[in-house]
Amino acid sequence: MPLLAIANLHKSFVTPDGERKTIVHVPEFSLAAGQQLALRGESGSGKTTFLHLIAGILTADSGSILVGGSDMNALAESKRDRLRAENIGYIFQTFNLLQGYSCLENVLLGMAFGPGADRARAQAMLERVGLGHRLHHRPRQLSTGQQQRVAVARALAARPKLVLADEPTGNLDHRNAREALTLIRETCRENGAALLLVSHDPEVLGAFEEVRDFAELNQALKETVA
Amino acid sequence: MTLLLLVSRSLRQHALSTLITALSIALAGGLLMSVWVVKEQSQSTFTQVNTGFDAVLGARGSKLQLVLNAIFHLEASPGNVAAADYEFIKHHPAVKLAIPIAVGDNLRGFRIVGTVPEFFTAVEYKTGTKFSLSAGAPFDPAVKEAVLGSFAAQKLGLHVGDTFHPFHGLVYDEKNQHAESYQVSGILAPSNTPADKVIWIPLHGLQTMSGHDPRVATDVSAVLIQLRSPAAGFMLDLMYNRQGNRLTFAYPIGAIMAELFSKIGWFDQVLTLIAYLVALVSAAGVLVAIYNSMAARRRDIAILRALGAGRFTLFSAIVLEATVIGALGMVAAFAVYAAIVTGVAAVIRAQTGVLLETFAYNHIMLWAPLGMIGLCALSGLLPAWKAYRTDVADNLAPVS
Repeated sequence: MPLLAIANLHKSFVTPDGERKTIVHVPEFSLAAGQQLALRGESGSGKTTFLHLIAGILTADSGSILVGGSDMNALAESKRDRLRAENIGYIFQTFNLLQGYSCLENVLLGMAFGPGADRARAQAMLERVGLGHRLHHRPRQLSTGQQQRVAVARALAARPKLVLADEPTGNLDHRNAREALTLIRETCRENGAALLLVSHDPEVLGAFEEVRDFAELNQALKETVA
Repeated sequence: MTLLLLVSRSLRQHALSTLITALSIALAGGLLMSVWVVKEQSQSTFTQVNTGFDAVLGARGSKLQLVLNAIFHLEASPGNVAAADYEFIKHHPAVKLAIPIAVGDNLRGFRIVGTVPEFFTAVEYKTGTKFSLSAGAPFDPAVKEAVLGSFAAQKLGLHVGDTFHPFHGLVYDEKNQHAESYQVSGILAPSNTPADKVIWIPLHGLQTMSGHDPRVATDVSAVLIQLRSPAAGFMLDLMYNRQGNRLTFAYPIGAIMAELFSKIGWFDQVLTLIAYLVALVSAAGVLVAIYNSMAARRRDIAILRALGAGRFTLFSAIVLEATVIGALGMVAAFAVYAAIVTGVAAVIRAQTGVLLETFAYNHIMLWAPLGMIGLCALSGLLPAWKAYRTDVADNLAPVS
């Protein structure tokens, strides 16, 4: 049984002029435990919405999203929060670090709502991403590359089964992007987490053995064109 | 632990507004407790303090004026009591003790009161407690000696053996100095009664002071009376106030003072109302401070939700934050309270000699903090609801 299994996933929004528009229609998608897959997609193609649906941040109009056997789309919100906190790590393009908290606290909060905050684990994760000497720095005191490394440590601290990465190198220069990507892939592998990364950057996509076109996956894009 | 981390970091992130809001709570809470305690303490103290006397006999006039003048040394004397009237009440079978006083002079604003030595030896100003001297000895009624109340001695800087010239009148005017010189023979130990702010000299000395009208040299200003029984008081009340028309018998002293407080009760109510309003406005300040910061917090809330924090966790964090601001404010409110009541007590002490027990426990010290903290928690509900309703996806931009 795959770690992530999606079937007949539909998500639509009401546009400002009152029209209902389907953004995501994925008939079938799956990801095995420990698998690393990159999705190629242009801006505005619904990639973020797709990841939000998998993470339970958004609810689908219909369809199922099985994460480790639990249907994210069928659960009540509080159970979706729990499932997300215990099984999914999320890495954002804009890092989304909490500016009022230290690096260590950011990582601790990555665990707090799931398995529980573990200071030693949080510290070890920050050391793993090369920030053992920046534990008590605030995000704004770090470079953008360092901030993304904190985000990686936070996403993996709770030992998630699945890591979702949304354009994780989009805000980084070439060197930092390459380093961040390597770090994400390595730490996912070390922690046994599957990785689903979305990007439009050929260099990033080129680093993956498995790459799929989101346009192929998301039938809503074809329906719009048709 | 996570809730505490969220609250402490949020307070730190919004440190300035936290500080200002907590200070406004502190001022409101301190004011509320001060108004309440000063009101209750003043009423209970001034209706109970009578320096050991049950009644006052004085010239025809207001009972309240008589009590304020003879017991609290505040008002002007309504007139004199003839020596014969004093002798009559002194030997009345219903009267246990009658102490005459004469007023009309001061020393730099502190009243000089003429009386008899029995005032120091026979009067229990509180059950089982008589006036005692912290230094020196009681005055000799035959010579020009004075016993100073503790507060008066401290403020005037006078010690045993020092001498002074009295000034005529109840209000200090340096041009009205009497020729007589008095020597301080003793200083009273603090009694926390109006006696503390008085300069006591022999009755005869004040009656015969140079410049005083020799025709009334045997008159007294009032007679302080201890009765043998409460029934005697009503009997004398009937005799002086209903059947007679020359003198006023002020009895019972506590009831007369209570009447004063009931007359100014509206003022207490206005003060209390203002204190309640200030408390309400401060609690509203907590609401406004947190509510206004919600726009800046939305992204943090969305991030925390993406990390798995439930809506209720974030709702609770905001309510707890408002509660903590209230609690911090109320801790500081005790400092504000201490400052206000210390100042008020000092003024009351200077004016009346009575020391309010403002630091004794009062139920408001429990209810005001609980009430204010509860009010702050309530005021956190609206911003907490806003946090509860925050859309996660919308606030995690950008979207690809």
